[in-house]
Amino acid sequence: MNLFKDAGHLFRFAGLFVIAFIAFLVIRGYVVPKSFGKYGHYRAAAIDEIAALPIKYAGHQACETCHTDIATVKGKGMHAHVNCEACHGALAAHANDPASVQPVKPDTAVLCVRCHSASAARPKNFPQIDAAEHSNGVPCETCHNPHSPAIDAGGAK
Amino acid sequence: MNISRRHLLILLPTAAVAWKSVLAGTPEESPNYKMTEHWWGMLIDIPKCIGCGNCVRACATENNVPEGHFRTWVEQYHVTDWNLTNPEVISPDGGKEGFPAVKEDPNGKYFFVPKLCNHCADSPCTQVCPVGATFITPDGVVLVDPKYCLGCAYCVQACPYGCRYIHPEKRVADKCTLCYHRITKGLTTACCENCPTGARQLVDLKNPNDPIHEFLRTHSVQILKPQMATGAKVFYNGLDGSVR
Repeated sequence: MNLFKDAGHLFRFAGLFVIAFIAFLVIRGYVVPKSFGKYGHYRAAAIDEIAALPIKYAGHQACETCHTDIATVKGKGMHAHVNCEACHGALAAHANDPASVQPVKPDTAVLCVRCHSASAARPKNFPQIDAAEHSNGVPCETCHNPHSPAIDAGGAK
Repeated sequence: MNISRRHLLILLPTAAVAWKSVLAGTPEESPNYKMTEHWWGMLIDIPKCIGCGNCVRACATENNVPEGHFRTWVEQYHVTDWNLTNPEVISPDGGKEGFPAVKEDPNGKYFFVPKLCNHCADSPCTQVCPVGATFITPDGVVLVDPKYCLGCAYCVQACPYGCRYIHPEKRVADKCTLCYHRITKGLTTACCENCPTGARQLVDLKNPNDPIHEFLRTHSVQILKPQMATGAKVFYNGLDGSVR
């Protein structure tokens, strides 16, 4: 008695299955990125792609390498821990090419009150003013040096 | 089309060079940065936050965050003595342009709470992604792979802190990267760089010299929604119990 007498159609089907499986493995090898699964169930190359995004804020270390005079004045004043770009805006382009990209001088009428306008929600020990009552429209930098704003500390212009 | 042996011999190396350039599309790793040596988080010192919105603007500029969406935002809380668990919370345009001035309330208090992705060690958002498009890096930053993301928004729903959104143009999930492109180059995040009072500080929990260790020992520090066991790594100092 031959068990496999009429089993030809099964072998043909098994052959098809094996071919399909090999095809699956080959396609999978091409489609799945090489770095997938290096650290976990994700594409590890995505980490490097995100790390390679461009920087817009240069960081105060970059500013201080050239603007040492201002860094010294600022370092002694009340604004010692306020970083340059917090007021001057994103300036990585200026740091990379100081000649062709020039920063715009901030408008103190908008800038200073962002932090120093009085509100009960701000911490009590933080210096706050009512702009209209405090200066009556006189620009802040008339009396205060923004880099070292305390008047009695010799910061006045 | 007939290709002679001579033409085939010219074509083969050309094809090889073309294929090489396709493979070379992925950028190189930062040379001096070792992922295994860091475990990033952030410290937020609530009593120092003045609600100026500098962090929100800086984040939007640094990361091209689309208008009306936020990777970080600031909330102003108003908690009254007689209703401690139901604070009134406002965040006009994410606090980008600051907050309207408020008068002292004799029966309550006001304070600001900056929020961002908590870069959870056991994040619910990475668990639900069906395609492996969001993950936590070996240095503890939760990222989205925009090339793999389908935009199904499962993760947006899963985040208990509401820190994710679907990018309106790219149609993929988007979120705070903890300025991964900056911290891997030795810079701090855009929000921390631009915080005028030092209310936000980037911390590296694997760095034994980081002042965070001293700070955590000497202050009463909380995380948001600790009951969800997310392993959040954004630490809040002086956090009010009414904050959710």
